[in-house]
Amino acid sequence: MLTEIQSRESSIRPTRNRVGSESIVLNIAMDKQRPIQKTLSGSDPDWVALMQRVRDHQDRAAFSDLFTHFAPRIKGFLIKSGADATMAEECAQDVMTTLWRKADQFDPTRASVATWIFTIARNRRIDMLRRQNRPEPEELPWGPEPEPDQADVIALQQDSVLLTEALKTLPAQQRDLIEKAYFGDLTQSEIASLTGLPLGTIKSRIRLALDRLRHLMK
Amino acid sequence: MNIKHHLQDDTLLAYAAGNLPEAFNLIVAAHVSLCDECRAVVESYDSIGGAIIDNTEVADVSADSLAQTLARLDTVTREPRSTPRPGTLPAPVQNYIGGDLDAVRWRPVGMGVKQAILSTSDTASARLLMIPAGVAIPDHSHEGTEMTLVLKGAFQDEDDRFARGDIEVADGSVSHTPVADIGEDCICLAVTEAPLKFKGFLPKVVQKLVRI
Ligand SMILES: [Zn+2]
Repeated sequence: MLTEIQSRESSIRPTRNRVGSESIVLNIAMDKQRPIQKTLSGSDPDWVALMQRVRDHQDRAAFSDLFTHFAPRIKGFLIKSGADATMAEECAQDVMTTLWRKADQFDPTRASVATWIFTIARNRRIDMLRRQNRPEPEELPWGPEPEPDQADVIALQQDSVLLTEALKTLPAQQRDLIEKAYFGDLTQSEIASLTGLPLGTIKSRIRLALDRLRHLMK
Repeated sequence: MNIKHHLQDDTLLAYAAGNLPEAFNLIVAAHVSLCDECRAVVESYDSIGGAIIDNTEVADVSADSLAQTLARLDTVTREPRSTPRPGTLPAPVQNYIGGDLDAVRWRPVGMGVKQAILSTSDTASARLLMIPAGVAIPDHSHEGTEMTLVLKGAFQDEDDRFARGDIEVADGSVSHTPVADIGEDCICLAVTEAPLKFKGFLPKVVQKLVRI
């Protein structure tokens, strides 16, 4: 079983040119020109506010709302990544427990709640299926300001909503390919074909948030 | 920090998607620890993962799943925000060493070069290298991709100079001879898909012994 899983690890080939001629440039509409119309909330609850209640007040009702929405999605993600239902159920509980344990580390200027949950679920998957540690980058030191700027939070969360919507409207074949990469099912050369993803605004927002953090440290 | 040599987008995407062997995850995490540019790229790829979680087919959890998890929360200690660990080695590397540079257990491999192998899954290998000032790493060719991240000092290869935070990516077709700068010993994290083969440097048996 171990060999089978390890064979899914892609081998790495350096590609010198950033966007090769073979690259499929997926036209995710995330460019700056597009006006942001969709509001943060839409029909969804404000996940960031729920996370902040978990963080600041250890609020179990808020945690339960997050669990009800995200646990079945985490389980679905893990099943698609090759876990059986029992294992996926167990791991979904682990992931939600980690969300509680690490609530202080959630930074809404750099990630949506779904993105943060994805990173926890991905790391749990690597641990579970490959029995490997997943090295994470050093955390950036937090600035002296206890609360991030609300405008930054809203902007990043809106971009994330747009990205989710954009992904939905992709042709099924392209969407499939991206999902496969995140379920751990693509080789490195197939992954290289995806690097044309234009993530413009979200990337520059994160860059801005990182710059601010670095600035606060000084 | 003035980093000139970065990781390719496909490597950063594979890191975010969780598709790399452990040793390569480590060198990406180490570079990203020093490089905000690549960190922003990784985090934007993470956000695609978030969109996939948002859009994915749900799989119903069992009826008592929430109750079980709520019960577990009582036994959990909350983790505070981590405090930075200043040092020569970025935090993810320190986690493998159990400390900073002074905790590294070097082994000599000849010509004054020293190494310390880090324990990762065996599909790829990671080690720290210490190259004395002005010394060349013996000419070697390798199978598959090799990545070298400078953590201290600098080295020069045929084309470029690499200083702290810079990462050099070479594939099997390149036979290169990096030379450490004169001023200072050079410390690097090096990751390979396959064991290195030094040409005319050490006999095969010794290679196996010291796991170069
Ligand atoms: Zn970089």
